[in-house]
Amino acid sequence: MADPRTLYQEVILDHNRKPRNYGVLEHPSHHAEGVNPLCGDHITVALDVAGETVAGIAFQGESCAICKASASMMTAAIKGKTRAEAEILIQEFLDMATGKRDLGQLSHIGRLTVFAGVRELPMRVKCAILPWHTLHAAFHSVASVSTEADADPMPAPIGNG
Amino acid sequence: MNAPLPKNRSAPAFDVARIREDFPILKLKVHDQPLVYLDNAATSQMPQQVIDRLVRYQTTQHANIHRAVHYLSETATAEYADARRKLQKFIHAREDREVIFTSGTTDSINLVMHAYGRKFIGAGDEIILTTLEHHSNIVPWQMLAEERGAKIRVVPINDDGELLIDEYEKLFNEHTRFVGVTHVSNALGSINPVKRMIAFAHERGVPVLVDGAQAAPHMPIDVVDLDCDFYAFSGHKQCGPTGIGILYGKAALLERMQPFKGGGDMILSVTFEKTTYSTIPHKFEAGTPPIAAAIGFGAAVDYLSAIGMDRIAAHELELLNHATEQMQGLSGVRIVGNARSKAAVLSFVIDGIHPHDVGTLLNQEGVAVRTGHHCAQPVMQRYGIPATSRASFAFYNSLSEVDALIAGIRKVQKVFA
Ligand SMILES: Cc1ncc(COP(=O)(O)O)c(C=O)c1O
Repeated sequence: MADPRTLYQEVILDHNRKPRNYGVLEHPSHHAEGVNPLCGDHITVALDVAGETVAGIAFQGESCAICKASASMMTAAIKGKTRAEAEILIQEFLDMATGKRDLGQLSHIGRLTVFAGVRELPMRVKCAILPWHTLHAAFHSVASVSTEADADPMPAPIGNG
Repeated sequence: MNAPLPKNRSAPAFDVARIREDFPILKLKVHDQPLVYLDNAATSQMPQQVIDRLVRYQTTQHANIHRAVHYLSETATAEYADARRKLQKFIHAREDREVIFTSGTTDSINLVMHAYGRKFIGAGDEIILTTLEHHSNIVPWQMLAEERGAKIRVVPINDDGELLIDEYEKLFNEHTRFVGVTHVSNALGSINPVKRMIAFAHERGVPVLVDGAQAAPHMPIDVVDLDCDFYAFSGHKQCGPTGIGILYGKAALLERMQPFKGGGDMILSVTFEKTTYSTIPHKFEAGTPPIAAAIGFGAAVDYLSAIGMDRIAAHELELLNHATEQMQGLSGVRIVGNARSKAAVLSFVIDGIHPHDVGTLLNQEGVAVRTGHHCAQPVMQRYGIPATSRASFAFYNSLSEVDALIAGIRKVQKVFA
């Protein structure tokens, strides 16, 4: 088993302490709320999509360090990307965190590989992917998603990337 | 094997090292560290004596009960009946027929909801519960209330996690039909003054169910002294197997209740015109029960009684006091729940660090705690927090394991510093 302390690396701790793009958008074009009822984590993701491009993105909420850092790094990675590029990244992140694809098979993931360690911690995978599900839901203007039960977004096909 | 320990107070000091030898799982290493198991409120570990009892049953005594005249069936039936008597003695019930085997606390409470609640609680009636209840003593009553048009009233707590008894008493009115209260809070450890609450309810003719899931493993229980109408607890939280628990009910009440599940073993005679139900406790034990688990539960309470529930309570109080003192000395750590009367449960939050991160990092040190809402969301809402970390102790925990927890918390704080 991997040492979870390798998950709590400086990058993640830094994004947890000083989350980027934390807050609200004045006039979001899309937004969604994500909750993990098992641990009470909840975050909102707001988007300002101009044409095909994500011009603005912000998140807010209460969660563990893994979830908050994931959200923070997600917003940094998504800003300025097109919707199609964002969908590819969402899919790659989910496949990485759930262990569906090896790092070698992922070409856009970049610095987000710091989250690869969650695949060794089954109870924490949902913490890392909650922001990404919420982003996906925001693009599709689904008002809220949950990591549990009928509303579980995990088995749902994500994007068309 | 365990020789029964002397009961008197001047008995030799509680020998934790000796007791730990009974528990093979406690020798495990996790991440190359000795396992420090502090999630006993979720489920406890099993001593070799209980494991051996299960093996002996399964290898030399197994058959279906109450069914056949052959040797094995008679043996299994006798052992199952014997397990019931062990549980009866453990809680000091008057008669063994007042002890019903269920699959656990949740099942016991659901049994009361269906068999008592659906018969005696109707539209406009009120059920009193407390803020400290586990979801299993909330949800069944909500289902009943919704079905019947009854109402649920909730006893509040103070900041220390103690029930406000004045408020409890004020909730009673002519519509009050039932009280459900947990003996010990699984989230905060508060020990509730159930005896006094029961006496107050009885003066108004209202029956009381006590959820004993977190009390029966940790202190002597006397249902006659408490005078509770129902008392529920689970085998797996007190050194027994999963899938078994009991419901104690006063015989007179159980007799007036309707069966909850229909099937074999709960009938006297069946024709398509009319079925005559069996007597208690069989009326409530339809189908083949978890025979091995019941016998294992019997062995578990024998094991606990041999050590002595009063000695277990005393040792656990020492663990709690030591842990509380140590934790109060940590800056940035806050204990949630400071009831004056408290079982060995320590819920805490660390400034700026989410409980899930605490749990993952403590696990790295071999320390097993529970993080989350502990199936007690109303308690979390009361404190305005989504979750806590919870260390819950058992008699086989040692003072040095408390120190391992404290050292672990320091390390977690260092990672996040
Ligand atoms: C106070 C309390 N009541 C009820 C239960 C439910 O017990 P079980 O899951 O064994 O049915 C628990 C278990 O966590 C508990 O702590």
